[in-house]
Amino acid sequence: MPTPVKVLVPTGALGAGCPEDAFQRGVSLGPDALAVDAGSTDSGPYYLGAAVSKMTDAATKADLRQLMLARDKLNVPLIVGSCGTSGTNAGVDWMARLCEEIAVEEGLTATVALVYSEQTAAGLAPYLARGAITPLPPMDDLTQGRLDECEHIVGLLGYEPLAAAIEAGADIVLAGRTTDTAVIAAVPLMRGLPAGASWHAAKTAECGGLCTVQTRRGGVMMTIDDEGFDVEPLAADNACTPFTISSHLLYENADPYRLTEPGVVLDAKGATYAALDDRSVRVTGSRAELKPYTMKLEGSGAAGFRTMVFTAVADPKIMDRIGDWLSRLEAFLREGIGKVLKVAPADYQLDLRPYGWNALDPRHAPTERPPLEVGLMVLVTAATQTRATEIAKYCNPYLLHFPLNLDDPLPSFAFPFSPAEVALGAQYEFKLNHVVHLDDPCELAVTRTFIAGRGEFHAAA
Amino acid sequence: MRQLKDVARYVRSKNAGPFWVTVDVFCDDQASYETLCAAPALGAVAIGALYGVGSNHVRIFHDDNLKVIKISFPRPIAQGSARDVDSHAGQQFVPLLSVAI
Repeated sequence: MPTPVKVLVPTGALGAGCPEDAFQRGVSLGPDALAVDAGSTDSGPYYLGAAVSKMTDAATKADLRQLMLARDKLNVPLIVGSCGTSGTNAGVDWMARLCEEIAVEEGLTATVALVYSEQTAAGLAPYLARGAITPLPPMDDLTQGRLDECEHIVGLLGYEPLAAAIEAGADIVLAGRTTDTAVIAAVPLMRGLPAGASWHAAKTAECGGLCTVQTRRGGVMMTIDDEGFDVEPLAADNACTPFTISSHLLYENADPYRLTEPGVVLDAKGATYAALDDRSVRVTGSRAELKPYTMKLEGSGAAGFRTMVFTAVADPKIMDRIGDWLSRLEAFLREGIGKVLKVAPADYQLDLRPYGWNALDPRHAPTERPPLEVGLMVLVTAATQTRATEIAKYCNPYLLHFPLNLDDPLPSFAFPFSPAEVALGAQYEFKLNHVVHLDDPCELAVTRTFIAGRGEFHAAA
Repeated sequence: MRQLKDVARYVRSKNAGPFWVTVDVFCDDQASYETLCAAPALGAVAIGALYGVGSNHVRIFHDDNLKVIKISFPRPIAQGSARDVDSHAGQQFVPLLSVAI
């Protein structure tokens, strides 16, 4: 029977921090692995499209230092998934540079495996051609054109390339885009623990302390064994309850019971949750079904450039008829953009977002009472930044002075800053929601190794 | 007529990946939970109309243990696209609060 494995998960996102007292209590419990996710698509398509990290160097380094020092003391594997937010090759290299800096600063050495998972449209073309890339709902079939629109494409690694790196001797694994759960499940699975318990434990811990009562008091310790898993918060004064653990499966999942991972589906429908004491919970009855191995693809590409103008209105006369004012303003702006700037409707996008009225729910305009004030964000999207800003500048005087009725005295509204236009740069969008079917879980992963602390690291990407 | 916010304890929404939204409706007691499970306003047709998505794409789960109704549907606009107004879909539960139960 395999020995139970303890995985320390300090936080749901590297760079978000774990209180030192909670972390050190976790270290004192003797974890067999340290695992943390460093990315997500949740912050939007920019981070993948532009291949930059959402987190700062300083915050990321603080968390990575805490983990590297603990790893050095415990001599257990440290796994960081989805480096650099989106898990591009540049994200892995960025994390590797921070890791190297910390090793030098702390005078420690460690064998570091970099597991890259960035893909190219050309590299995926043969898979597409033989029908090995299929859509996930609500997406349609993939085309080569769609792949070509992507600035960056990543494949989500499963646990296998991470486990292979550890088996080959890595102390630290810095991985490209990885499923949040694979980072945590890797060591339990490679040590022979059951797939149901390992994946369910990983899903429970993927957001760190979010499955606890005090969600900002640090992460959790997962102990996976042959029949299930135990969860306890790292902080002595924090608690998990059967409700906080079982309800976490609802979070950010379309289906609360079935979770698809590369090559496996977790079925948690029959799981039972029991309090072990007043702060830890035991989970049993999770099942896993093997399925053909698939790797999910994420891609992001540019979709024009944007410029924003923001104005604000509180005049009660306009507030009483905000819907009329907005529709008259929009019609006037569109007519002028065509007539004065000679820009055709197909060549730009103009969005009026009346914050304080119905910006967040454009399909349902409130009718029962007028707003007190409205912050009107006007967003212009066009093929170039110059064009987007030109259109925004054209809108500027009307966003300052457009009256409700043509014979009203000229009003002036409240611009919050000067210049009123703000260039927002490239607009990206997620282009892919597809999986590629693989014969070998590691075939689209590339691993290279260096010794941190000896000045050996040079970026590959 | 009672509204959802008068019956449920807590309602939240969030992305489930860039292409889906999921809404969780938590109830305090069995009676509220059963009322909401039976409410047409929390059925696929009404949800599809409220959010502007096809009712055949709306997925609804009733968790008897947690007393939670979970409603998932494809985002009408992909996360972070030019016309998206709620990147994390964190405010998409609000239209549901005032539906008649």
